[in-house]
Parts: sequence; C-alpha cells; structure tokens
Amino acid sequence: MDLGEPREGSRSLRPNSRAFGSLPYQPVPLPEIVATVCSSPKYMNLTSFTIDATRTALQDRKTTATALAEAFYSKIETDDPHIGAYLTLCKDRALAKAGEIDARTANEEKLPPLAGIPVGVKDVMVTQGVRTTAGSKILGDYIPPYDCTAVSRMEAAGAIVLGKTNCDEFAMGSSNENSAWHPVHNPRGLSRVPGGSSGGSAAAVAADMAVAALGSDTGGSIRQPASFCGVVGLMPTYGRVSRYGLIAFASSLDRIGPITKTVKDAATVLQVIAGWDPMDSTSADVPVPNYLAELERPVHGLKLGVPKEYFAEGVDPEVRMSVETAIQKLASLGCEIVPISLPHTEYAIPTYYIVATAEASSNLARFDGVRYGYRTEGARNLSEMYRRTREEGFGTEVKRRIMLGTYALSAGYYEAYYLKAQKVRALLARDFEEAFKKVDAIVTPTSPTAAFKLGEKVNDPLAMYLADIFTVTANLAGIPGLSVPCGETKEKLPIGLQILGKHFDEATILRVGHAVEHVQAGKS
Amino acid sequence: MPAEQPAPHDPRNHTVMKVTEKDVASTAGLANLELTDEERVRMLRDLNSILDYIDRLNELDTANVPPMTQVSEGYRADASREDVLEGLRPSLPQNVALQNAPGSDGTFFKVPKVIEK
Repeated sequence: MDLGEPREGSRSLRPNSRAFGSLPYQPVPLPEIVATVCSSPKYMNLTSFTIDATRTALQDRKTTATALAEAFYSKIETDDPHIGAYLTLCKDRALAKAGEIDARTANEEKLPPLAGIPVGVKDVMVTQGVRTTAGSKILGDYIPPYDCTAVSRMEAAGAIVLGKTNCDEFAMGSSNENSAWHPVHNPRGLSRVPGGSSGGSAAAVAADMAVAALGSDTGGSIRQPASFCGVVGLMPTYGRVSRYGLIAFASSLDRIGPITKTVKDAATVLQVIAGWDPMDSTSADVPVPNYLAELERPVHGLKLGVPKEYFAEGVDPEVRMSVETAIQKLASLGCEIVPISLPHTEYAIPTYYIVATAEASSNLARFDGVRYGYRTEGARNLSEMYRRTREEGFGTEVKRRIMLGTYALSAGYYEAYYLKAQKVRALLARDFEEAFKKVDAIVTPTSPTAAFKLGEKVNDPLAMYLADIFTVTANLAGIPGLSVPCGETKEKLPIGLQILGKHFDEATILRVGHAVEHVQAGKS
Repeated sequence: MPAEQPAPHDPRNHTVMKVTEKDVASTAGLANLELTDEERVRMLRDLNSILDYIDRLNELDTANVPPMTQVSEGYRADASREDVLEGLRPSLPQNVALQNAPGSDGTFFKVPKVIEK
C-alpha cells in the first residue's frame, strides 16, 4: 500500500478485499475434536518453548532469531487456518528485527530480556506501519503512524512482533465471536470459543504460534481467555502499564498485560512493559520491583482470602472442584486460607455494564469517517455521513454498547444509571480494601465455566455478559489479577484459578501463581 | 427466534418497558447511529432486558456513598507536568496525519457539505 498519496473516496468493507488477501485463516469445516490437533512435529520443539527456554536456545546458538521467526511463520501457515488467531502478519518487520538480534548475537553483545522472542500483539494496540483494526470494519485498513508504548517497550527489549492477533470488535466481548473478521477456535477444543476479548492472543500462545502475547483487559479480556485456553494471563494494576497507543474502550477500566505459557514468562514480560510513561497521564509513577526475584520467594505464611460469593450457585461443579483442590494444595505449602466476603459482588456486572458502556460511547465517538477508517459512500451531508459510516462500520455488539452507554449518560438518566454505578463501584472497591486488611491475596475461579461452544451465547447478550462475573470486579477496583491453569474438565478443557492482589502488588500474585504451577506440575 | 425470548418465569421478562421506541430513536440520534428497522426492534428488546438487570443496583442505598471518580487515587496516577512548548513529542507531519483520511485534498480533511442551502 502506498501511504504517500492521500486517498479519496470510500473503502470496501469486505474483509477479503486487498487488505486481507494474505491472511492464513480460511473458514474450513471443522470436525468435533477435543485435543490439540494442530501440532506439526517439525516445528513443535522450537515453537513450544517458554521465554527462558527460547533465550537459552538462542544464547547456545541452537537456533537464530531469524530461523525461529521463520519456524513460527511456518507453524502459523500450517495451523492458523484451523484456529484464526491472527488478523495481520508483519513478516518484514519481524525479520528485520530478528536480523538485528542475530547481528548482536554474532557480535557477542549482551542481549536484552526478550531478545529474539516471537510474540503476538492484540489488534487493539497500534503498530506503526502495520494495519491495526481493533477487530472492526470501521478500521479495516487503518495504518497507525505510531507505536503503542507497550509494543515499543517489547521491541526495545528484543521481542519479535509476528503479527496482530484477533479479538472482539473494540475488545467488546467474551468469546471473540464479535470480531468483524472471523472467529477464533480454541486450540484445546476447536468447537469451543477461546474466550474474549483477547481470544486471538490466548489461542496463539496455547497453539504455539507465539511464545507470548500482549492482551488487553477491560472486564476479564486477558484472564478469561487465558483460562479457557489453558495459558497464563496477567492483568496488571491500573496505571502499572501505559495505555498509550491502546485503542480505548473504557478508559478507567482498560489495562494491557501479558498472556504466556508460564507465570515466570508473565513476570518477564511485565518487567519489560511496566513503569511510568509520560505519554499516559494515568500511568503511575510507582517503582517497579524485580518480579523475577520476588517469584522465587516461598509462599509459606501468605494469607489467601477465599470469597464465598465466588463459589456460589452457577459455578460449574468441575470448576469448583478444581479450584478448591488448587487452594488445598496452596494450604499444604503453608498458605493460610481465610474465608472472606466481598458482599457487593452480585452488583459488579450491572455496575460494569453502565461504566464500561458509558465510557465506550464517548471513546468511540471519534470514529466518524473523517480522519481515519471507513467512510460511507454518497452521503448528501456531514450528519448523514457520520450516521451511515457508523451504522455500516460498527458491528451489532458495539452498537448495542454505544446505545446503552449513550442512554445511561443522557439527560434524565445520568443520575439513575451512571452516577449510581460510580457509587456502587466505590462500594465494590471498598469490599477489596477491607478484604486486603486481612489477606495478602484472594483466590477464586477465573470463570464460572470452562470454554463454552461457539454460537452458544451469541443471541443472548446478558448471558454473555455474565461470563465475566468473576473478572469485572478487579477492573472496577483497579487491582491486579492473574489467571493460572489449575486443572481440566472431563472433556479436557482447561480450568483457570484467578489470583487477585493489592494495588501494585503483582509480585505477590505472581508468586502464588508460580506456586500453583509447581504443585500442578507435581500432580500425577 | 424462540431461543432469544426470555422464558415467562425469567426475571428479565419484565412487563413494563423502560425504553420506548422513541427513546431508541433519540438515543441513536445522540450517538450518531442510523439503525435499520430490524436493529431498532432488537435494540429495544436488548436495552430493556439489560436495563432490567441493571435495576438491581437500586437495591443498594448509596445516598451517603461518594462516587468513584479516580481509579488509582493516592498512587499519583493523575500527576500533572510542566507545560512545555514542544510537548512530549513533535506533532505528526501534515502528510502523515492525512495518510489515513478517507477524504483529503492533501492539505485538509474533506467532508460532505455541513450546511444545506
């Protein structure tokens, strides 16, 4: 694409137009398989490594960053047609960065922490010169002129960005089925959703199509897909990681964080992306600890709160059993298990859907067909151009949330809905404040169920919203949360344990997650 | 579609419609969305169903609760900075700023007529 010439007129909305010509995903008929079917043995060794193992392989000259990136692209070419994790690949950019790493290795330079590590980036983070759609047709051929801070920090640390991962449109969804382009199939059961909205990032890591990925979490969008795909997902504290360059959904709730194969990898990525950024006035000027050093400290003596509201009716019995078993194992490591109550939990979803949609209705006002993105054809005046551009460019769920948010903020309803929700939000935050006077971290299921089937909830928005019931609370309170695999259902679908921590205390929840991982690995 | 209708015993199956067709139309106007007839029908149903669920917030007495307006209050997340002339980074050059524009004459964004004669 020639970016030098300003273009005139409107663009096609069809995803298979020019912009999507080279995508690996093709809708192929899928058999009912509950297993990882997509592992081509040729690449399995290299692509299944953790960050640590990949770094060791590079340092020991077992492979090069270029060969590694090529191996991942081969894997994506073979397997992604069945999964749909990627929306755009940026091979030129990746191979150029890999070449730089290889040159530095040849010069025996000291390599940065993510040197040569192939990663995926959720398509809601802007990447200079690489198409960024936010999963929406309205940004179908948007080429950002700058990089998201989290992405540039990853690249500065040596990471190789393979491409942009699929997601629900503007990160609005819990199943990835709201992507305007194509759905994502859960690598652990192809008829299942990968979770959302960072479904592409979680699926890419689970299917060995990236060593790690960046996701974003507004109501559970890192933790729930990590749980559904059997990988690790960390949502840092509000302000811990800069949001500069994250296409905004709900600015008081949005966070950027890693999706990885291990807790240690999540700590490694967090170390790179955490810290104050002058470009985001809500990023916090709070010192960043050494997460890897903290990880190795024993969990003995930690007080872990178990909130009764997160084990109530509606939690799948297999999920409950698996999570309770993980908690017992933590107790056997010397953690003190403390029953607690977070009494306003049942009000979290209604609060969330007012706050999030109100902020979204404001944030998404910028998509008007003037400065970037899709514009309708043949509008007779400006007002008609706005309305038809947005009508044609946004998908159903996005329009539903814009409508709900606009209604909640409109004259006569502001106090009844928005102001009320912000007050209940204060009560929810207070619940956590009280709890953290008694405990060091809180353990719960990440999601009430394992991955549900594609199509199961698409026609019932409220049922879909309830999939986030255990994750939205941390977004509303501003605290960090981690999802770690803690078992499987009889159908071999992963189950996630959620660990919630105090503001800026990612170190403790990572430490607990690391311990869970170790006791899981130790089981028969 | 029968699967989309709440069952009779479902609390979502509320008898009083909170949002009217008129509300849907005026809200769509405020949001600059031109909904199709089909979308209006669906939006009416979905908004009423979601708002009925949201109504449970009224079970809580929040008369003396201050609204939460800052997420990381006390963590200097809302720090101010010096007002410097150059800002934090140079502005985008004009040609770069116009690269993604659906309509441009190379100097300005071009849009359809704003005022009808």
